[in-house]
Amino acid sequence: MSLALRRRPPVRRAAVPLSSRSDRRLALLLLVPATATVLLALGYPLVRQLGMSFQRFGLEQQFGRPPEFVGLANYQAMLTDPTFWAVLGRSVGFCLLVAAITMAVGTAGALLLTACSRPVAVAVQVVMLLAWAMPVLSSLQVFQWMFDSRSGVVDHALAALGFDQMLGFNWFAQPSTFFAVAGLLVTWMSVPLVVFMVYAAVTQIDTSVLEAAALDGAGPAQTFRHVVAPSIAPVLALVTLLQIIWDLRVFTQFHVLQSNGGITEQTNVLGTFIYQVGLAGGDYGSASAAAMLLLLLTLLIAARYIALLLKEPA
Amino acid sequence: MTTVTTPPTPPATGAATGVSAPGLRTAPPALGRRRPGRRGLAVVANAVAVVFGLAWLFPVYWMLNTAFLTDRQIQQRVPVLFPVGGTGSHFAQVLGSPAFWSAMRMSLAIALVVVLGAMVFGFFASLALSRFRFRGRTQLIVAVLVVQMIPAEALFISQYRMLDGWGLLNSVAGMSLLYLGASIPFTIWMLKGFVDGVPVELEEAAMLDGCSRMGAFLRITFPLLGSGLVASSIFAFLASWNEYTLALVALTSDDARTLPLWLTSFSGQNQVTDWGAIMAGSTLMAVPVVILFMTVQKRMASGLTAGAVK
Repeated sequence: MSLALRRRPPVRRAAVPLSSRSDRRLALLLLVPATATVLLALGYPLVRQLGMSFQRFGLEQQFGRPPEFVGLANYQAMLTDPTFWAVLGRSVGFCLLVAAITMAVGTAGALLLTACSRPVAVAVQVVMLLAWAMPVLSSLQVFQWMFDSRSGVVDHALAALGFDQMLGFNWFAQPSTFFAVAGLLVTWMSVPLVVFMVYAAVTQIDTSVLEAAALDGAGPAQTFRHVVAPSIAPVLALVTLLQIIWDLRVFTQFHVLQSNGGITEQTNVLGTFIYQVGLAGGDYGSASAAAMLLLLLTLLIAARYIALLLKEPA
Repeated sequence: MTTVTTPPTPPATGAATGVSAPGLRTAPPALGRRRPGRRGLAVVANAVAVVFGLAWLFPVYWMLNTAFLTDRQIQQRVPVLFPVGGTGSHFAQVLGSPAFWSAMRMSLAIALVVVLGAMVFGFFASLALSRFRFRGRTQLIVAVLVVQMIPAEALFISQYRMLDGWGLLNSVAGMSLLYLGASIPFTIWMLKGFVDGVPVELEEAAMLDGCSRMGAFLRITFPLLGSGLVASSIFAFLASWNEYTLALVALTSDDARTLPLWLTSFSGQNQVTDWGAIMAGSTLMAVPVVILFMTVQKRMASGLTAGAVK
């Protein structure tokens, strides 16, 4: 059984009787500190934000003017604003594309590990672990430096390969190359996890099945399609959903990279858009509405993930 | 900070696979390699794997390389590929900077509060969910999972307003509260898996010997959770150590920066970016993370779906 699936059996229903009354009271007491902290740190802001999303809450309100209830006006304004749709489209497009590339590269990498010799496989896994462990900010700085227009190694490597016009090229000055670098960075950071998860799933496949397939004359392509792929499908589904959730909320990379180019408007994704409208622009009402939409979108995708997670392993 | 975990399962060392380097899986004696036609395939696979590995290694190497180069070497037109004739001066520069140490203190203080709080509160809650059956338990478990999915970006507007209203911006307390909210759910989820693994009979025996229920939890169960507590602590530590988004929002003053904020404060202000110092700083930030990562990597791959540190 693959590792992502070897989890505890799902919550049993009805079969287990309730604990005694005094035990239930102890259970409640034990839950209080954690629940109270989470409610304070996340629950209360969530309620307040929901309230703010129905209010006109701008700069005036910050200076003491009482917020005015405007119903769904913020949502309506957001949903009829072409800027918001452009941001949403960019976010979703980036997220799906990067998640797809990450899954393809990660799965290919994992299969590669099963096909190459042992020392190479161990070395690649050590590299994957290193890349995975790199803090986001460290990776971000390295990528900015690699793609630096003055003495970045990428421009020079491309020039050395004959693309002379790439010398001094500013990757962060136009949206297409900005997204390319951001996508490359996010992919670089995400692939190691996919490699480990998929590789773990592949190594759990019963070797006798693979041998039987080989005896029956299956080539590598057929073996993959009919034996390997079905066995690792549940893991692939879980990891894909996770990647989509993570890539949809990407913020740090964009926020930091935007400081290079001055093309913030054209490169905003949902996270940076909310930040700009709310914290930089002071329009808390609109930003709250956009944030609630992001939350809704995330939870819709997450519901699928949690359902998979709680499902009895097949 | 969205954190996502799957419950910790014992590391899946498949019986057929054999383990070579500590904790690293190796391939099954796979896919009929002995067949003569496959030799060529193996050579190609090795070559592609080496290229793949080098591509993922390069940014890490480039960070280290640049950190050890002199400023003149860094600003040369043609990149210097090896730190020959390099210097440790960038590290000295960072380690001698008060801003670095101020950020280090801030990061460590917050991480300490978060780790302690998450462990204590998480341990209590995981006991309740693991040992008792009460109405709403299933819903609570689902809630623990759902809460982990909430992106920081979806709440930071009102989290900022909340801390602002309480005068807790730029404070360890305020930052720790936000990080605790994000860390407690995955700590509960992880620790619950470990508590499930401790036989109830041990607690019952202690209670027969006169221990109270809570006494049995603290004296019997708690010490048996050693590795689980270490692993969850490391996750909570890494989550707070690496976090950028909420820190950016809630730590607006220069004196209250954490390390991730400090690292971005280099760029932008100066005309010529000091890449040597930035790479040295990036390295210093990465080293403790890599070490901790190595110590829990088995559990990383088996239990946690990287959420905590992403």
